[in-house]
Amino acid sequence: MRDYFLKFWEGLYTIMIGMKVTFRHLFVPSVTIQYPTVKPQLPERERNRLYVNMDDCIGCDQCSRACPVSCIEIETVKSTPGDDLGKTSNGKKKALWVTKFDIDFAKCCYCELCVPPCPTDCIYMTDVYEFSEFERDSLLYDFATLTQEEREIKKKNFKEFQVKKEAEKAAAAKKAAEAKAAAQKEKPNAKTDKPTDDKKGTD
Amino acid sequence: MIYEWLYNITGSSILSMFVVSLLPLFVFILPFALLAVLAERKVSAHMQDRLGPMRVGYHGILQTVADIIKLLQKEDLVPAATDKKLFNFAPLLVFAGSYAVFAAIPFSSIFIGSQIQLGIIYIVAVTGLVVAGILMAGWASNNKYSLLGAMRSAAQIISYEIPTLLIILTIIMITGTLSLYTLSELQTSYFWNWMILGGPATGLQKILYIPLMIIGCLVIYISTLAEVNRTPFDIPEAESELVSGYHTEYSGMKFAMFFLAEYANMFAVSAIVAIIFFGGYQSPFGYLGNAIGLHWLVPIEQFFWFTAKGLFFVFVQMWLRWTLPRFRVDQLMAFCWKYLIPISFVILLLAGLISLI
Amino acid sequence: MALKTEEMVLNMGPQHPSTHGVLRLELQLEGEIIKDVIPHIGYLHRCFEKHSEAMTYPQVIPYTDRMDYLASMYNEFGYALAMERLMGIEVPERVEYIRVIMGELQRIASHLVALGTYGADIGAFTPFLFCFRDRERILHLFEITCGARLLYNYIWIGGLSNDLHPDFIRLTKEFIKDFKPNLKELNDLLSFNAIFIERTADVGILPLETAINYGVTGPNLRASGMKWDLRKDDPYSVYNKFDYEIPVGSGEKGKIGDCWDRYFIRVREMEESLKIIEQAIEQIPDGDVKSAIPKRVKPPEGQIYTRVENPRGELGYFIISDGSLNPSRVKVRAPSFVTMQVFPELCKGFMVADVVAILGSIDIVLGEIDR
Repeated sequence: MRDYFLKFWEGLYTIMIGMKVTFRHLFVPSVTIQYPTVKPQLPERERNRLYVNMDDCIGCDQCSRACPVSCIEIETVKSTPGDDLGKTSNGKKKALWVTKFDIDFAKCCYCELCVPPCPTDCIYMTDVYEFSEFERDSLLYDFATLTQEEREIKKKNFKEFQVKKEAEKAAAAKKAAEAKAAAQKEKPNAKTDKPTDDKKGTD
Repeated sequence: MIYEWLYNITGSSILSMFVVSLLPLFVFILPFALLAVLAERKVSAHMQDRLGPMRVGYHGILQTVADIIKLLQKEDLVPAATDKKLFNFAPLLVFAGSYAVFAAIPFSSIFIGSQIQLGIIYIVAVTGLVVAGILMAGWASNNKYSLLGAMRSAAQIISYEIPTLLIILTIIMITGTLSLYTLSELQTSYFWNWMILGGPATGLQKILYIPLMIIGCLVIYISTLAEVNRTPFDIPEAESELVSGYHTEYSGMKFAMFFLAEYANMFAVSAIVAIIFFGGYQSPFGYLGNAIGLHWLVPIEQFFWFTAKGLFFVFVQMWLRWTLPRFRVDQLMAFCWKYLIPISFVILLLAGLISLI
Repeated sequence: MALKTEEMVLNMGPQHPSTHGVLRLELQLEGEIIKDVIPHIGYLHRCFEKHSEAMTYPQVIPYTDRMDYLASMYNEFGYALAMERLMGIEVPERVEYIRVIMGELQRIASHLVALGTYGADIGAFTPFLFCFRDRERILHLFEITCGARLLYNYIWIGGLSNDLHPDFIRLTKEFIKDFKPNLKELNDLLSFNAIFIERTADVGILPLETAINYGVTGPNLRASGMKWDLRKDDPYSVYNKFDYEIPVGSGEKGKIGDCWDRYFIRVREMEESLKIIEQAIEQIPDGDVKSAIPKRVKPPEGQIYTRVENPRGELGYFIISDGSLNPSRVKVRAPSFVTMQVFPELCKGFMVADVVAILGSIDIVLGEIDR
C-alpha cells in the first residue's frame, strides 16, 4: 500500500520537476537564428567551396591526384619556346598552359586533401556555402582562364611545335648518325620537359 | 439568450437555430484552432530555446492561416486499397463529435448553444462519436499502423471515460444538477465558491471537500488528457512508433479536419474541467459591470473569464506535452485501472459520506 | 472453441521515424507482442572496404569519416593509430593530447545524439533539442579547429591537419562550465522522470552472458555489468595519463542491463569524458603537430589489427599492406554491426513500443553497420 502511494507521488513529483525545467526555458533566449536573414560568422578555417586562383596555377596536377573522389580534372599543354606565361606570386616560373581545370562540386567531399600539396597555394577552400543548383551540370565549375579559342590555339601551337621538333630531331639524328660525334645535342629537349607531371610526382 | 433575440428579429425559428448552431464554429472553434496551433508551436519552440514560426506576419502570427491555405490546396489523396466510404466519412464523424460538444458548453450566461438539462451526460456521450470516427479511420485506411493506432485509441478512450464519469458523478451527487448552466450558476460570486474549494457548501463540509476536490480535479484532468490523446497519453498517434497512427493515410483537408477536431477537443475538455471545478464562466472576484452599473458588460466579462480559464488549461496541456515522454499501451491501461479508477471510487464514496454531515 | 488467430507481420522502416536511419525491421506480432524481429540491413552500403583498396592511405581518411558519421573523429583516430603502428611512426606528445581531447569531445557529442534521440523515441521531444543545443557547441569547437562540422578529416597519419585554434582552449573551458548544469537539467527532465523510468526499466534486458557471447562492446556491454573499456584495458595514445572512472550498469531502476542502464551509462560516461578533457587541457604540451606526418605513406609489407574505444564500442581496423601506396585490404570491426545482431534477442516478448525503446538504447548508427 505504501509503495502504491509512493509510486504515485514519485510520478507526480518528477513530472513537476520536469515542468519546472521547461517553464524556466520559456524565458531563456533562443539559441537559433533566422537563417537567410541572419547569417552566422563562419570561422576562418571554414571548409566549403573550393576556389582556384588561376594566376598562380602551374598545372602540376598535384591536387587532382590527392583527391579521393577524383572531382578535379586538369589538362595541360606545354608551352612553346616563344610563349610568355609569367610567374606565380611566389616566384615559380609557369611552363604549362592549363587548358582544362574543372572541379565537379557534385562529387567534391570537402575533405581539403587537395589544398596542402599545392606548391603555389593557389587552390583553397572558401566560406561560400550557398551554391545549390537545379541542374547537376551547373555544379561543374570551369576555372581555366583561357577562352575556348585560345585553348584550341595553344593545343595547335604545341602540336605544330612538336611536329617541328620531331623534324628537327630526325634531322639531328640523321646528322648525328652521319657525324657520330654529337650525342649531347639532345639536351635542349630535356629542358622543355622539365615541369611535366612525372617529374613533379616523384619528389 | 441569443436564440430568443434572433427569433424576435427574424421571426423564423429554423433560421435562428441555424445561426446559433453555427456561432460556436465561427466565433470560437476556428479562431481558437488557428490560435492554438500557433500557440502550440510557439510554446514548444520557446520551451526548447527556439524561435518557432517567424516568417508569416509579425512573429509568425499568420503561420496557421498559411498552413490552412496550403492544406486546402493539397490534392485529396485516397489510397487505392482503402474502404472509400468509411475513409471519407471518418474525418466528418470525428469532427462532428468534437463540434457537437460545443453545443452544450456555456460560454457565458447568455451564450449557450443549447441549454440541455442533461448537459454533462450529453457531452460525455457525444465524445463517444470520436471513438467511432477514429476506429473507422484506422480500419478504412487499410494500413497496419493506422489499425494499431485506432485499436489503441478505442481502448484508451473507453477506459478513461470511467474515471471521468466517476468524478462527474461525484459532482452531480454534491450539486444535484446535470445542467452545466446551473452548475456554473451555483459557483457564482467569488472564487471560494468554486467546486475545487468545496463549492457552495459551508462549514466543516466545505473543509472536508477541499482535498477530495483537488484530487478529483487532478484525476479528471489526467483522464480527459487521455481522452483527447495528448502526451503523455498520445499513444494512438505515437509518431516514433506508429508514424502518426490513425491519420497516417490522410492528407489535405481531411487531415486538417482531424487536426481541427483534436484542437477543438483540447478546448472542450479544458472547458469541462473549468466548468466543473473552476466556476465555469464565473469571475473569481465579482464583475466590473455590476460595480460600475453597466449590466450589459457582465456577459462579455463572463466570456472573457471562461476563455481565460479554458486557455489556461490548454496551455497546461501543451506544457505537459513538451515535457513528458509517453506511456506504453499496457502501462496506460494499468495507470487507468490501477490508479485512477480506484481513486475516483474512493472520492465518490467519501464525498457521499461527507454530504451526509 | 479456440478463436483462430494468426501472426501479423509489420514492416518497420526503412522509412520510419525511429529506426535511426535506413534500417528495416520485420516484426512478427501477436497483437502488439513481438514474436520475432528480423532486421534487414544494407540500405546504406557504400563499399567502404572495397573502396579503400583503390585509395592511397591518406585518401582513406575521408571515407572513414563517413562510416560512423556521429563519431567521425574517433574513426579517424583508430585508422591513424593503426597506420602509425604499421609504419612505426612516433607521434609528438601534443598531437596525442589533441587527439584525446577531440576524441572525448566527440564521445560527448555522440552520446548527446544518442540520449536526445532516445528521448524523442520515448516521446519526449524537448530533451532532444536540449541535447542538440549542447552538441552544437562541440561541433563549433571542431569547426574552428578543422573547418568542418561533421566529416572532419582532421586526424592524419602521423599528425593533424591543423593545430588547435587560438580560442579553442578558452571555448572548451566555457563549454565544460556550461555543460555541467545542462547535464543535470537533462537528468531532471528525462533520466529520473517516472514515466521515462517506467518505459525503460526492466525492458530489453541484456544479460552479461548473452552480451559476451554476441561480442557486444562499449556502453552496452558495460551496462550489463562488465567493466571493459579499451581506454583502460588496452591503453592507446595517452589515455593512461588521466584519472577517470569506467561506469558500469547498476540495475538501479530495474534489472542490470535494461534500457535505463544503457541510457544512464552514457550520461555517466559524458561526465567522465569531461574529466578527461579538463585534465588534458591542463597538461597539454607545446609542439609541432605536423612534424611527424610522412611525405609519402608507403608502409612496409605486413598487417595490423588495432582497436579503439569508439563511443559505440570496440572499433577495430584490420589493415593488410602489400608494400604499395594502396592498402591491400581494410577490414573494419564495426561495433554497431555487432550490437545489431543481439537486437532480436532483446525484443522477444516485448511490445511494439518497446522495439523503439530497445533500438534507441543500443544506439546504432546505420552508416557504420552497412559501411
